[in-house]
Order: sequence, then structure tokens, then C-alpha cells
Amino acid sequence: MGILSIIIFLPVAGAILIALIPGLNARLTRYIAMLSTIVPFSLSLYLFGKYDRVLGGFQFEEFASWIPAINANYHIGVDGLSLTLIVLTTLLAFISILVSWKLNFRVRAFFAWLLVLQASIIGVFASLDLLLFFIFWEIEVIPMYFLIATWGSGRKEYSAMKYVLYTLFGSAFMMAGILALYLTTGTFSIPELYQTNLGEIASGILPLAAIFFLFIIGFAVKLPIFPLHTWLPDAHTDAPTAASIMLAGALIKMGGYGIFRVCLGLFPESAQEFAPLFLALAAVNIVYGGAITLRQTDIKRLIAYSSVSHMGFVLLGLFALNAVGLLGASLQLISHGLITGLLFATAGILMHNTHERHIRKLGGLARQMPVLAGIFFIGSIGAMGVPGTSGFIAEINVFLGAFSSKADAARVFTLISLTGILLAAAYMLTALLKVFFGSPKETFNHVHDVTRLEKLYCAIFILGIFAIGLYPKIITEILQPAIIALASLWGG
Amino acid sequence: MAPGLEEYLILSALLFSIGLFGAITKRSAVVILICIEIMLVAVNIALVAFSRFITPVELTGQAFAVFVIVVAAAEVAVGLAIILTLYRQRHTIDTKKVDLLKW
Amino acid sequence: MNSMPEMLTWIIPALPLAAFLMLLLLMRPLKIKSNLNGYVSIAATAMSFFFSTWLLVNIVQTAETKFIPGFSWLSLEGAIDIQVGLIVDSLTAIMLVVVTLISLLVQIYSLGYMHGSKSLNRYFAFISLFTMAMLGLVMADNLLIMFMFWEIVGLCSYQLIGFWFHRPPAARAARKAFFITRIGDFGFLAAILLIFNATGTFNISEVHSLAASGVIAGTTITWACLGIFMGAMGKSAQFPLHTWLPDAMEGPTPVSALIHAATMVAAGVFLVGRMYPLFEHSEAALTTVAVIGAITALFAGTIALAMNDIKKVLAYSTISQLGFMMIALGLGSVAIAIFHLFTHAFFKALLFMGAGSVNHSTGTFDMRKMGGLARPMPWTCATFVIGSLSLAGIWPMAGFFSKEEILLSAFNNHPLLFVLAIIAAFLTALYIFRAVFMTFGGQVQSRFKPHESGKVMVIPMSLLAILAISAGYFNATGGFLKLLGDDHTHSWIYGIFGVLGHPLAWASLLIAGSGIFLAYAIYQRRWISSRKIARRFGFFYTIVFHKYWIDELYEKYLGNKLLNSGLFNLFNKFDSKVVDGTVDDVARLNLNSSKILRLVQNGNLQTYAMAFMIGVAALALMVILVN
Repeated sequence: MGILSIIIFLPVAGAILIALIPGLNARLTRYIAMLSTIVPFSLSLYLFGKYDRVLGGFQFEEFASWIPAINANYHIGVDGLSLTLIVLTTLLAFISILVSWKLNFRVRAFFAWLLVLQASIIGVFASLDLLLFFIFWEIEVIPMYFLIATWGSGRKEYSAMKYVLYTLFGSAFMMAGILALYLTTGTFSIPELYQTNLGEIASGILPLAAIFFLFIIGFAVKLPIFPLHTWLPDAHTDAPTAASIMLAGALIKMGGYGIFRVCLGLFPESAQEFAPLFLALAAVNIVYGGAITLRQTDIKRLIAYSSVSHMGFVLLGLFALNAVGLLGASLQLISHGLITGLLFATAGILMHNTHERHIRKLGGLARQMPVLAGIFFIGSIGAMGVPGTSGFIAEINVFLGAFSSKADAARVFTLISLTGILLAAAYMLTALLKVFFGSPKETFNHVHDVTRLEKLYCAIFILGIFAIGLYPKIITEILQPAIIALASLWGG
Repeated sequence: MAPGLEEYLILSALLFSIGLFGAITKRSAVVILICIEIMLVAVNIALVAFSRFITPVELTGQAFAVFVIVVAAAEVAVGLAIILTLYRQRHTIDTKKVDLLKW
Repeated sequence: MNSMPEMLTWIIPALPLAAFLMLLLLMRPLKIKSNLNGYVSIAATAMSFFFSTWLLVNIVQTAETKFIPGFSWLSLEGAIDIQVGLIVDSLTAIMLVVVTLISLLVQIYSLGYMHGSKSLNRYFAFISLFTMAMLGLVMADNLLIMFMFWEIVGLCSYQLIGFWFHRPPAARAARKAFFITRIGDFGFLAAILLIFNATGTFNISEVHSLAASGVIAGTTITWACLGIFMGAMGKSAQFPLHTWLPDAMEGPTPVSALIHAATMVAAGVFLVGRMYPLFEHSEAALTTVAVIGAITALFAGTIALAMNDIKKVLAYSTISQLGFMMIALGLGSVAIAIFHLFTHAFFKALLFMGAGSVNHSTGTFDMRKMGGLARPMPWTCATFVIGSLSLAGIWPMAGFFSKEEILLSAFNNHPLLFVLAIIAAFLTALYIFRAVFMTFGGQVQSRFKPHESGKVMVIPMSLLAILAISAGYFNATGGFLKLLGDDHTHSWIYGIFGVLGHPLAWASLLIAGSGIFLAYAIYQRRWISSRKIARRFGFFYTIVFHKYWIDELYEKYLGNKLLNSGLFNLFNKFDSKVVDGTVDDVARLNLNSSKILRLVQNGNLQTYAMAFMIGVAALALMVILVN
């Protein structure tokens, strides 16, 4: 069993342990959960250091025959992008455990589901076999359903069910895509499919463009792309903080990763043909999502809608179909994971300490909670893409890539998207203003500020945001081979 | 003239139809049970008739008929037990009044 | 003096950065609240100032442009490579000295002005960060890196305007400042995208040489220049992106002196100056710069006349003066613009410090509540008057020399611009002396007990007053302009007195003098009642008093009615009603159709049997029919 498998299955082992040991107390549960996240995190960091940046390609591959009859295999491995996303996921999972440290309602079930969730997300990033990929993709729905429906707030059952139905709707198309691809080529293996030039296979069961769209609908739900985005605000808003962090930080990244890996990697011609469509949708995501964010009055919903806008940048970068755009999109995936993770964490602390989530009822909190205000400020400048934070370096590359894209009207869409930075400034600054600035309110006089534990996990986020923002090479170097290889499909 | 296969089948079909009609239309659970028995008898006639005319040497059809009779006996036992319990609980065996299994 | 080792150049921005980090990461956790915070920051800036001066002396001696290579910040094989390096030329060196000097003096002044204020740590930390970013901005050899510092400068400005975040107007002003300048940054960023797309590089000198060799030309250059200028308009508060600067006066006054008078707002002028080799190739862009500058100079001057808040007067004055610099740039002279930037930095910082000193003593910025402060505050009054004379352009103050250059250059090139500029110059003299007489003239209002500010505030003001007088003499023989590569020796630059041989100098002195006299007549002697004037020009006064209703137009109509409650609200409704509504409708359709379908399951066994039989019969029929 390789390290990669340990990273995937150690959380599962932890979950089983938590679920099966009778009469396990809450304290021990937390420690088991922490152990089953911190070990995968350390291991993924180890792999991150060990990955050969010169060689590139898929590394740490593991292979085992699974269903020989249909040539489906347990085949995992990572390239720069998936490895970085795995590091992000394991980090967020670890922080989610810390965030939920004080939870005291059905503790065992909560941590067990959280660990299963983590394992399935890592599985998606590590799979090199489409069937395995799909199975991990589907498993993730179950823990998320229970996390939202049981530990959530507001219309939690509605949101949880909406999330499940939306995801299954998307996966149905994706399953059809996988089957169509399998029936055309006879393999589920992604590396093998990369070697095959699909364009040359004349007699497919479906036209290639149709398969491309089957896949992208599945990914579009996750990313999300307008108009398939409406599950996101509901799910994010009603989920418990830890689930929001996983959802916004790691889970929706699966959509962007899927487009990168499958839609662009396997269908370069279709991607090129439909690039203008997706660039336009990206612009809609950014501007429309940003505009709606500005109207939100619930702090979590605001952050959720800002994710719609920010994921638009990912789409814009991906369909620029050049190296700079892809780099920007990949950076945005990582950067958004950290920034939104931080914002959701602070929103969680804010709501927990003040018992209030409506922006209009909050105000002047910088006096009573100076440290939290500082942390939220850093999250905000990240979301606004202020230089020095990872948000800037991601967005600037997306813009540079998209502006140089060869697709029709790419420049127009880029310029439209550029107004996204104005909208981001508007909604983040307004949120800061309404929540933290202005005259302090007496009702919040006895609200306490951030605890030591909360400071610790916020500090991890902040460190990541600035490390990438100030010296992007720590991740651009590992991303480089994958991006160069993919971009070469369209001539660099 | 001894009756041929066709006559036996007609008899069987008639009995089956009578049983079916009763099973669908009658309201008393006991009558429905009786009607089902009639349908089973009809099937038995058909089985035996086929066996007699098509494979006279082997007794396959008869074997099936015996099997059906045994199962029918068990079925009646269970059915009557259900009806009895139903009557004890609801004081009726009218099937229209025991439509509990609906939405 | 020995020439400075090249690598030592890095230390100039590194020192304030180190101060920032030390304040934030070391002194904040230790909860050190005293002036020690200020000393750390001041020490770092002082050393930066020392190195900047050394660098400037080197540049003056050698007059060469140095490129100091740095490191690769971001690269992707064959796609993008961002090298961070420094440009050191006369433009950079002058800016370095201005920034570090003003920052140093402002921080010393702050020790007095901010004494006893909470969160001094945050205050000095962000001033240090600002100084670092401003230094980085003027030294960057790369458009993208420059943009990064450009944004960080804006962020510090946001933080410092909103320093007293618990006051709603300050918090709102901070947001407005960041947002409006970001509208400009939108253009700047678009220009960067365009330039990168056309040239594949961000390196400023490479872009310049590509423009010179005609690799990029025509509309590409024009659009790129207009985008860059849009960024400059945002930062330098040029019409129509000027509305944030007057509001920014909600910040602490030393911050206004440093950021919103001397350095950051001048960054727009610097940017156009730095990218001038690109602007050179676009007549349209240069004309735009000049016209916007002239409009701004005049328009802001009129508003300054009607303001009662002394800082607002100075803010509009800053906008107007930046307009003058833009005129100079548009007319093709970077050197003159930078010269005016140079002198303006000193006298405007001085004026702000004066206003701060007055506020420190009276607790208000409202000039209607002041008066007669000359006697109790002699130093403040004297330095403020020196600053005002310099701003009004009275010989032999620094402002005279730089403004004269702009006027002359307009006179030679474009009569209309000259007329606009000369009217603006008249307004300048009028509004600043209106402020002087309202503040220092007349009687002390009884409820104040004004007193002179402490030495720690007076000394920086006095030093700036000396510079406000003498900064113009650097160009007494045309040396300053020549340093910046402007070789046009103007006919009348022959020493400090030689200027007076030119008729234009007399004309502009006459105009400035009449402005001062008018202010004297109205606000000191009250020969003419200011109320009567306001009534006589009622219509005009109302317009000016309401700042041409531009703030209302932006915030109430464009921002709120059209966008926020209009379009964005529509989007929001569309999203919840139509997009999400469709999803819910699909769900509801499923639910309703199953409601109908479930009626079939009526619980009656016989119905099921019937259905079953019909099904079997249908199947049988099908088999028969098919056969």
C-alpha cells in the first residue's frame, strides 16, 4: 500500500474506528479525528516535497486490478495540480476538525462523516481511473448530506436535499459521459486516454462534443457554473462551519479539477470550439455572482455568493486555453480554498460569539473583537485580490491568460470580468464596514474575541494566503509540468 | 365421444374466468379466497389435461397439480388466519373497508 | 560622495518594511503602546531617507539610469516570466527623497499630533507599510510589480483613512476611497493586460523601447495610455474620479499630509511621467491628459472656494494642483510636472500640518468657528502663510517657480489651456487666502483657548516651511529640469531674480496678488460681505457648494438607484425567483405529479388484481397480435 492510498484511507479507518468503538467519549473521538487528518496532511506535504518537478507527469502511481471484466482498475496517482489540491484538502480537513473542536451534538457521527468526506474528496483528486473517480465523486454526497441535514442551521433539510439532487443530476450526465467514453475506447484509464487521440476515433457511440458536454454538466454543477449554481448559496449558508469550509474550500474545487483533467485534457478540440461559450458563462458567473453578493444580508450567504463569482475566475482561466490562464485557474483553486476557508471560519466564530448572522444587525465589532476584525480584514483583502495575497496572483494570471486567449471575443469577456474586481471590492468592503466598523453597539459589549485555538487555525490560513501571494513559486513550480503539458494541446 | 384437449381447456378457462370475476368483484374476503381456489382448480385441470394429451407417459402435469394443491392448502390456511385476525380486529371482512395500504 | 553600492538600493524599501513587520509581529503581541512604536518607524524612515539622498547625489553626479536586477518572482516556462528589479534614475531618486523626507517629517509630527491616541501601533505600522509600498512603486522596473505596490499603497490609504473606524463617516470614507481608486485601477489593469498581450513583457524599459521601435503602435498605444491614465486619474483624484479625496480627510491629519497631499495622490502623476515614453506616441492620450488636468484644476478650484472645512479646502486645492501637473504632462513635459510635484509636496504637506496644528489646538476643522489664531499660534500661522504664499505662486516661494513653468508651457502650446490654468491660479490664491484670513485673521471666538502646538509638531512644520520657500531654487539655473532630461532652456530662467524679467511672471503675479487682495477685502476687512456675494451669485454658489452634485450623482443615483437597488437587485430577484425558482418548480412538478399518480394506489386489493389482470390480458393480446 503506497503513501497515496494511506492518505486516502487513513481517514476512513479513523471514521470506522470512531463509529465502531462502543461508548467512545467525545474527547477521544476528537483526538482520533485529529490524528486521522494530521497524518494524511503530513504525508501529503511529504509527497509535495518529494514530487519530481522536472519529470512532471503522474507520480506515486499505484495500480491494482479491480474489476477485470470491464477493465476497471484501482489506479491512483498525482500530478502537480492534484497533489496541490490534495495538500489543500488535507489541510482544510485538519482545520475543519479544529473548527468543530467544541461541537457537542452527536460528536461521533459528526467526525466520522467529516472523515469520510475528506477521504472521498482526496480520492477524486487521486483517481486515474474514470470509474474510480466517479465512485469517489458520488460517495462524497452522502456525508455532506448528513453534515448539512443534521448539524446545519436554517432550512437545513431543504438545503441538504437540494445539494444531493443537484449533485446527482450532474453526476447522471457524467456517468453517461464516462460510459460513452468507455464504449468508444474500451478503457477507463485516464493516462491511457491521454495517449489516445480521441479525435482520430471516427466511430464513437456519441459525437465527441456530446461526451464533452455530458462531462462538463457534471462538473458545472460542482464548480458551479451559472445557471446551475443555486444549490451553493443554500448549502453553504445552512451547513455547519466545518462543512462550509470543506464545501467551499475543497469540494467545489473538484469541478474545476474535473474540467482541467477530463474536459480539457481529453477533448481539446471541443474545448476550443466551445471556449467562447464558457468564457461568456465565466463572465456571467463573475459579474452576476458578484452583483448578487452585494445584495446579501446574511454573512454566510454573502461569502457563499462570492464563491460563485470567484469560481467564475477559474472557468475564465481554464477556457483561456493557454498556459497563463491555466496557471491562473489552478492558483485560483488553491487560493480560493484558503481565502474562503478563512472567511467561513471567521463567519463561524462571529456567528458563534454574537449569535447573529444578519449584517444589518451587526456593526462596530472591531472595538469588541479587534483580532477577529483583523483576521476578517485579511480574508477580505484576499477575496478582493489585493497584491500580496494569493487572490491577486491567481486573478492576475487568469486575466492575463484570458486576455491573450485566441477564442472569439475573449478580450470582451475578459474586460467584462475585470469589473469583478470592482464588485469584489464593493461587497467585501461593505461587509467589513457594516459588520466591524462604525459605532460599537452595546448589545455586543460582552462578546469575547478569538480564542487561542481559533487564532491558531486562522493563522494557518493567513500564512498560506501570504506565502502564495508573496512567493507564488512554491506552488507554480510544481504546477508547471502539468500546465505546460496541457497547454501544449493548443500550441502553448 | 370422449372429450379432447380442447374441451378440457375450455372448461378450465371457464372456471378460471368465473374465479377471476369473483375474486375481483366480491367484497367478502372468504368468498374471494374461495374464488382464488376455483382459479387454482382451473389451472390444475389445464395442467392435468396437457399432461394427459401431450406427454401421456410421464406424469409431469399431475405432479405439478399435486404441488399446486399442497400450496393451495397452505395458502388457504394462511389466508383464513389473516381473515380471522382481520375480523377480530375490525369486525368485518369486507375488503372495501380494509384499504389500509394506501398512501 | 562615494557612489552607493547597487545592492544597497534594496535597503531603501526594505527598512520601512522591516519596521512594519517589527511593529506588527513583535511589538503588537508585546502590547507596547507608547511612542516606542513611532520611534521604530521613524528610525527606519530616517535611514531610508539617508540612503535616498545618497542615491540622489549619485544620480546628480553621474546622471545615468541604472537597472538593478532582482529575482524571478513568477515564471512559467515559455509563457510568462516576471522579474522583479529596480530602476534607479533621476525620476526615481527625486521621488525617493520626497517620499522618505515627507514621511519622516509626518511621522515626527504624528508623535505630537497622535499623542495619547489608541492603536498607535496600527498607525505607525501602516505608515511604514505605506512608505515601503510607495518606495517600491517608484522604484519598480516592472509594470505588474508597480501595480502591486500601487494597490498596496491604496490599501494603506484605506486603513489610515479609516483609522478611527468607529466613526461612521471615517469608515465610509475609507471604503469610498478604496473603491473609487479601484475604478481607476480597472483601467490600469486593463492597460497592463493590453501591453502584455502586445509585447509579452511587463518590463517598463522594454515596453518603452518596443514603443519607440514601433512594435506597438497606433490604437494599441492609445488604449494602453488611456488605461494607464485612468489609473492615474483614480489615484490622483482627477475629475471625474476625484470624489474620494475630500472624503478621505476623515483620516488623521498627518495621514492626509503624507498620503493625500504629498505622495500617494502624486503617484498618478509619477505613473504618467514614468510611462511618458509610451504617451509620447499617442497624441490623443496626451490631449486627454491635458484636458482632464485643466478641467480638474479649474473645477476643483471653484469648489474649494465654498468649503468651510479647512481640510476640505486643502483637499480640493490638492486636486486642483494635481490637475496643474496633469496639464504639464499633457503638454509634454514630465520634468515640469515632477518639478511641481516636488514643490507641491512640501508646501501642501506643510499646509495640512498647519491645519492639523490648528485642529489640535481648537478641536475643529470648521473655519467659521475659528479666527484670530495668529496671535496664540504664531509658528503655525507663519508657516501656514508661507505655505499659502507658495501655493498661490508668489515670488520667491517654491510654488511660484514650478507653477510659472506650467503656465509658460501652456502659454507656448495651447492658449485655451493657458486661460483655464490662469483662472485656476487666480482661484488658488483666492481660496487659500480665504482660508488664511478665516483661520488666522479676525477675532478669537470666546469658547476656544487656543495654544501653540508642541515642538515636535512645530519643528517639522518649520523645516517644511523652509523647503516651501527654497525648493524652487533647485531649478534656479534649470538644473532640476535638466536632471529629469528636459533640455528646453526657457528664456527666462536666469537665477531667482532673472525670472522677473519675463512679462508672464508679472502677469501671473498680478493675478495671484489680486486673488489674495480679494480674499483680504472679503474675509479680513469685510469691505465686501461674503454673504452678499453668495446671494448675488446664488445659482453659481449653490452649484459649487454642492460640489456640482457629483457625489450625489455617483452615490445616490449611479451607485444606489441604478446599480445596487436597480440592476443588482434585479439580478438578485432573478436569481432567487427565476433561476432558483425553476429548480424549485421542477421539484414541485415532480411532487405534484406523484400526488396525482399515488391516487392509483387506493389500498383495495381487488383494484390491484384487476389492474394485474388487465396487464396480463394486454400482454397476451400483444403476443397473439405479433404472432
